Amino acid sequence: MISQPALIDAPTYPGAALLVLEDGRIFSGRAYGAVGATYGEIVFNTGMTGYQETLTDPSYYKQIVVMTAPHIGNTGVNDEDPESIRIWVSGLVVRDPARKPSNWRSARGLDVELETQGVVGISDIDTRALTRHLRDRGTMRAGVFSGEALLDGRHPKRIEELVKAVNEQPLMKGADLAREVSTDTAYVVEPMGKFEGQEPLKTVVALDLGIKSMTPQRLAERGMRVHVLPGDSTIEDMLALNPDGVFFSNGPGDPAAATREVELLREVLDRKIPYFGICFGNQLLGRALGFGTYKLPYGHRGINQPVMELSTRKVEITSQNHGFAVDAPIGVTATAPHNDGAYGRVIVSHIGLNDNVVEGLECHDIPAFSVQYHPEAAAGPHDAAYLFDRFLNLMTSGAPTAAGLSKAARAKNQEN
Amino acid sequence: MPKRTDISSVLVIGSGPIVIGQACEFDYSGTQACRVLKEEGIRVILVNSNPATIMTDPEFADATYIEPITTDVLTTIIAKERPDAILPTLGGQTALNAAIALDEAGVLEKYNVELIGANIPAILKGEDREQFKKVVDICGGESARSAIIHTIEEAIAAVEELKYPVVVRPSFTMGGLGSGFAYNEEELRRIVGQGLHYSPTTEVLLEESILGWKEYELELMRDKNDNVAVICSIENVDPVGVHTGDSVTVAPALTLTDREYQTLRDIGIAVIREVGVDTGGCNIQYAVDPKTGRVIVIEMNPRVSRSSALASKATGYPIAKIAAKVAIGYTLDEIQNDITGTTSAAFEPTIDYVVVKVPRFAFEKFPAADDTLTTTMKSVGEAMSLGRNFTEALGKALRSIDKPGTNFHWDGEPVSGRALEELLVEIQRPTERRLVATQQALRAGATIEQVYEATKIDRWFLDQIQLMNEIADEVAHADALNRELLLRAKRNGLSDSQIASLRGIKGSRAAAEGAVREVRKALGVRPVFKTVDTCAAEFDAKTPYHYSSYDQETEVQPREREAILILGSGPNRIGQGIEFDYSCVHAALGLKGEYETIMINCNPETVSTDYDTADRLYFEPLTFEDVIEIYEAELEAGPIKGVIVQLGGQTPLSLAGRLREAGLPILGTSPEAIDNAEDRAEFGRVLTEAGLPAPAFGTATTLTEAKNIAAGIGYPVLVRPSYVLGGRGMEIVYSEEHLTGYVQRALGEAALSGGPLAPILIDRFLDDAMEIDVDVLFDGEDMYVGGIMEHIEEAGIHSGDSACVLPPMSLSDGEIDRIRRSTLALAKGIGVRGLMNVQYALVSDVLYVLEANPRASRTVPFVAKATGVPLAKAAALLMAGKSIKELRAEGVLPAAGDGSTLSIDAPIAVKEAVLPFKRFRTTEGIAVDTVLGPEMRSTGEVMGFDVDFPTAFAKSQAAAFGGLPTSGRVFVSVADRDKRAAIFPIKRLQELGFELLATAGTAKVLRRAGISATPVRKYSDGRSETGEPTIVDLITNGEVDMVVNTPSGQGARADGYEIRASVTAADKPIITTVDQLSAAVQAIESVLAGPFSVTSIQEHSKRSYIEAGVTA
Repeated sequence: MISQPALIDAPTYPGAALLVLEDGRIFSGRAYGAVGATYGEIVFNTGMTGYQETLTDPSYYKQIVVMTAPHIGNTGVNDEDPESIRIWVSGLVVRDPARKPSNWRSARGLDVELETQGVVGISDIDTRALTRHLRDRGTMRAGVFSGEALLDGRHPKRIEELVKAVNEQPLMKGADLAREVSTDTAYVVEPMGKFEGQEPLKTVVALDLGIKSMTPQRLAERGMRVHVLPGDSTIEDMLALNPDGVFFSNGPGDPAAATREVELLREVLDRKIPYFGICFGNQLLGRALGFGTYKLPYGHRGINQPVMELSTRKVEITSQNHGFAVDAPIGVTATAPHNDGAYGRVIVSHIGLNDNVVEGLECHDIPAFSVQYHPEAAAGPHDAAYLFDRFLNLMTSGAPTAAGLSKAARAKNQEN
Repeated sequence: MPKRTDISSVLVIGSGPIVIGQACEFDYSGTQACRVLKEEGIRVILVNSNPATIMTDPEFADATYIEPITTDVLTTIIAKERPDAILPTLGGQTALNAAIALDEAGVLEKYNVELIGANIPAILKGEDREQFKKVVDICGGESARSAIIHTIEEAIAAVEELKYPVVVRPSFTMGGLGSGFAYNEEELRRIVGQGLHYSPTTEVLLEESILGWKEYELELMRDKNDNVAVICSIENVDPVGVHTGDSVTVAPALTLTDREYQTLRDIGIAVIREVGVDTGGCNIQYAVDPKTGRVIVIEMNPRVSRSSALASKATGYPIAKIAAKVAIGYTLDEIQNDITGTTSAAFEPTIDYVVVKVPRFAFEKFPAADDTLTTTMKSVGEAMSLGRNFTEALGKALRSIDKPGTNFHWDGEPVSGRALEELLVEIQRPTERRLVATQQALRAGATIEQVYEATKIDRWFLDQIQLMNEIADEVAHADALNRELLLRAKRNGLSDSQIASLRGIKGSRAAAEGAVREVRKALGVRPVFKTVDTCAAEFDAKTPYHYSSYDQETEVQPREREAILILGSGPNRIGQGIEFDYSCVHAALGLKGEYETIMINCNPETVSTDYDTADRLYFEPLTFEDVIEIYEAELEAGPIKGVIVQLGGQTPLSLAGRLREAGLPILGTSPEAIDNAEDRAEFGRVLTEAGLPAPAFGTATTLTEAKNIAAGIGYPVLVRPSYVLGGRGMEIVYSEEHLTGYVQRALGEAALSGGPLAPILIDRFLDDAMEIDVDVLFDGEDMYVGGIMEHIEEAGIHSGDSACVLPPMSLSDGEIDRIRRSTLALAKGIGVRGLMNVQYALVSDVLYVLEANPRASRTVPFVAKATGVPLAKAAALLMAGKSIKELRAEGVLPAAGDGSTLSIDAPIAVKEAVLPFKRFRTTEGIAVDTVLGPEMRSTGEVMGFDVDFPTAFAKSQAAAFGGLPTSGRVFVSVADRDKRAAIFPIKRLQELGFELLATAGTAKVLRRAGISATPVRKYSDGRSETGEPTIVDLITNGEVDMVVNTPSGQGARADGYEIRASVTAADKPIITTVDQLSAAVQAIESVLAGPFSVTSIQEHSKRSYIEAGVTA
């Protein structure tokens, strides 16, 4: 063990930075990116690729992300891969930042990008020890401090002060954040790829609760026109666009705090408009159906998460980023509790193989389904891209429920 | 959908002898597969001709056939055992090709045997270039532009389109055999010619050059439910142009964005589906254009490969084991991930460390060979290391290679000016020295761009090497070593010994390294041990599979039981290979119940580095620094009984003294006794005391001394450096001039590695002696003779390259008794506790002791298999304190008798060496010389096992080389001194129906003996005016089926070179000694008498052939 004397005062070596957890555990490292102080819920991501997509994923808003892959920044930053217009994470914790990015698409270094965007990071951390700590104790609040933030005038700050500051931060549980990351104005993504310039096959309204840019792209590549609407849009705003289907995106925060969005979704479901939700959109469907949601001890964040579709027992490797999950019964056809079963039957269509967490819902009396993980990937594998086809099928077939979808998938599977 | 119920017996095909491109990784994968199948209650039938494997231990299969992997033998086994299925995907290319041959011969259909893991169409789609190109196309991938050709003329026509350079790849060969780059027509003709020859389908693919592109590999797994997972991504540091087996590689891929990585993944998954590998693993290789990101699929292997073994060790995901399970019907989600114990195998491992693999080469064994690295694999082994970043892992991997000149250094002034320019040119050519030369170029101030242009090694890797240089510079110039700087150096892979040399610390290397270690300890800079867990700590890991890192938190768990540390043998090399790993594995398994066994090794190909072989595994370099840190970490975790160093070969043995000095308890024979056996003066004293003769010898440290000693003994003499395995640097020297050259070379090498000249041993060379190998166990009181082996070649050929037979064919009971007594005297005199190997030479009734090695030898597994006694396990137990009496009582050893008292009907085992000559070419493209000598050059061995010698020998030849001819033409060219002895076997060849060809001189001698031979022109005669061909032309044209060429003396050895080179190129058997010739003739007779019968080792060992006899 490398002995680390218990710290009383913040360190003062050149480039010093501190990661302070709410339970008092301290990691000292070096300042990376912007210098200063930042706070957030600390979570770990196990992806070995895709740091750029992760940093720009709005679902990470107000979170400090620990990358378990030791080398971060190797491929620099390019202008094609961001999932939104800015970096959303509140802080970044890495072990070995790249000194020299190397990739034919790289435009600049990640360190420069972090600094430009004012994102405070820390490097040279035993990220494995930190991850094990978070795995055992659960996610918690944390702060990263460097430069002036370590000083009280000319003296180093006392560690206990920093711990106190972390403990004064709001908890993620109960946080209503989706509208903070949403677009201010609506925009349209027209059919692209082989559908570029063609009449859209279907029109979809996508509610931006923290949407990643790959999601409308995946829909548009399949011939759909996607109207991306701000998170505070109303049902009238949506209906005005005469949508064939409605999509609710991923996003940050506690679904239990998103009462307005749940109400909005019920308006959609009541009208039997085909619905597809991802991540936050899955939790909202769960809540709209009358199920509860709960916070996972340390969440699922990575691009290697196995998910099984229960009807086919096929496994897909998925990209995930969720700290909350839907509390619904697995292996049975349940009646959605809301309003005495007004929405009819619902099944858990997908589960996470690692811990049997609900990863997908499928309504059997209304045309609605959703998944907890990220079929749009970015970063991550493309195994679940079929779900976008399924959404298109739901709209084109005019099926009254989402029940036939996975059965169709099953038939297709047998054909093969 | 659980396991299939229609499969109750499976035939597993192994990979045969260790050869370049196919090494012990297939023992690792085959062993895992056999274990899995047995656990599932399936009857396992195994075929493998390689006795040095764990998989051929009797407990891993229900019926183990140590038999040649040929269609005939496999058919006989199938007819006898009637398996439901054959699993051909875990035995490398050998097993896959065997399965195809069985299918083509109609055997699978006749006996209604199903192939599991991959079926014939899938194998063909994956392996056949043209079919595979179509697959790639369907999958939306790109292949390099190419042409399939079947003749040289077609090749020349195709190149007009493709342009030079072109890549030449023969179909259905392994390890890239026969492939290469052709830059012009001359090279094209040569490489295509070879490729057509090596390809079983006479088919070669020519491709556009993608030299200098980035190279990647993915390891995939698929089950019958069409679940596919990528187990590991691997990035080659060396760009396209160097075979992946010869490249420095890293895992995971480090220089791809997620988009680019996902493109590779999508293509890979589409390919495994399209090829139709339904249940099992596969490996796919890609090239990525560094300028545009254009992806080209290079090839796929529809089976478990060397990279799969690497990927398994790199991630902790046991690919072979899972492949075996999905082959018998499980789906990935039904299989538990052993490491977490709570999650399933249906996921993709993610790792929070960096893995670096570095190949180990043996060009020093083939001085004439061109050492350029190409698409034909030439490395003989590899070391892998894990670190929390690239530099740490690279530093550890380089120091694991255990060979002078292969590690980064900062000695002397950096080169400059002209020399730097030359260095930048030198690193354009990939060689085993290139990485170090690259580091030197950067150190000398070359820019990353300059070095990139020369090597096309990705700039990110170059920057990391630059980082190591920068830190080294800081270390060299700092006023003192402070904690921060030292920690930074250690976090970036610098060893204590490198730091010592940077600081210019005086004293011996050991003392200087020790000084750094003390400073490090005083400053609290110590490594921690992290865990390989497949999931980047997302879940708790149950398996203690550790690696060191200079980080904050250690994960070594406390334990109650006393531990025994077993040091493995490191990267495979010629002379130190799988045989030593075999012994280490036996020790781990044998001691497991009673002790906590802890394995330390850095070779990813082995069974010893499987996480469930020992109780704990440390995947670490076998250096003093790394071993002692593990020892100290484990001492904090619980009590330690001791360290076993005598089973892993020379690498751990060479650490014994220092470990002992540092206070580590060494189990078994003491380091002092080991030294005494190596030290000629000490050993001479032992011999004198025991009254044993040894050939006259002397030890020299200067040229003058050497000359005087050699003159005193009389030429020819056998010279070699002390402390070597595999006869490294050993030569028969015929004259003073020759001796001078040898010593000067040795002095040059010593200067290169910075040390003084190690003493050179000079022995009298015993011409025409019979060589005998003996492996024994000794506990201080009793001796157990494992076995006595008689060499088929005479003394002077390294024992590792020589065929041998057990029980000895021509030794009388009296001679055996003499050997017993001599060996006992040696064991006592040296102070052996554990194993000892002794080599004797018997000449004119005098039994000379050539050498005695108080350690596990290369022949231990062969002896164990031939006699059915677990020698290595017994040795481990002896070292842990048991006595031979106790082992006899417990049934580990036979109750009475030993390997020197075999019954008259004991089966005969012949060990034959397998040589890698056809892999190596001179810079002119001609095969290197194949004459055997005192320097070992074989990569592996096979065992022929049968009731009599001729059949056992014939089987060994079939297993090693595909067999001897039973008809056709034999060319004979015999040295004068061999002419008499050769007449009888040559005459017999003629009687058997062979046509004899001979040079004029030999033909004359033969005619006088009543044997008619057709005279042919010597190579030096050249073709006649009428175009009459020389013997080399005939051989090259495939018109000769076997060659007998016995050279003698230095001059004659060189004369036959062209003949031997052409035979190697034509892949025909060559016999270079008269003893071999006699054995071969007997074997041919045996083959002509009818097909081989097969007997499993379980059938052989239904009764013991060891009889109670004399026990010493």
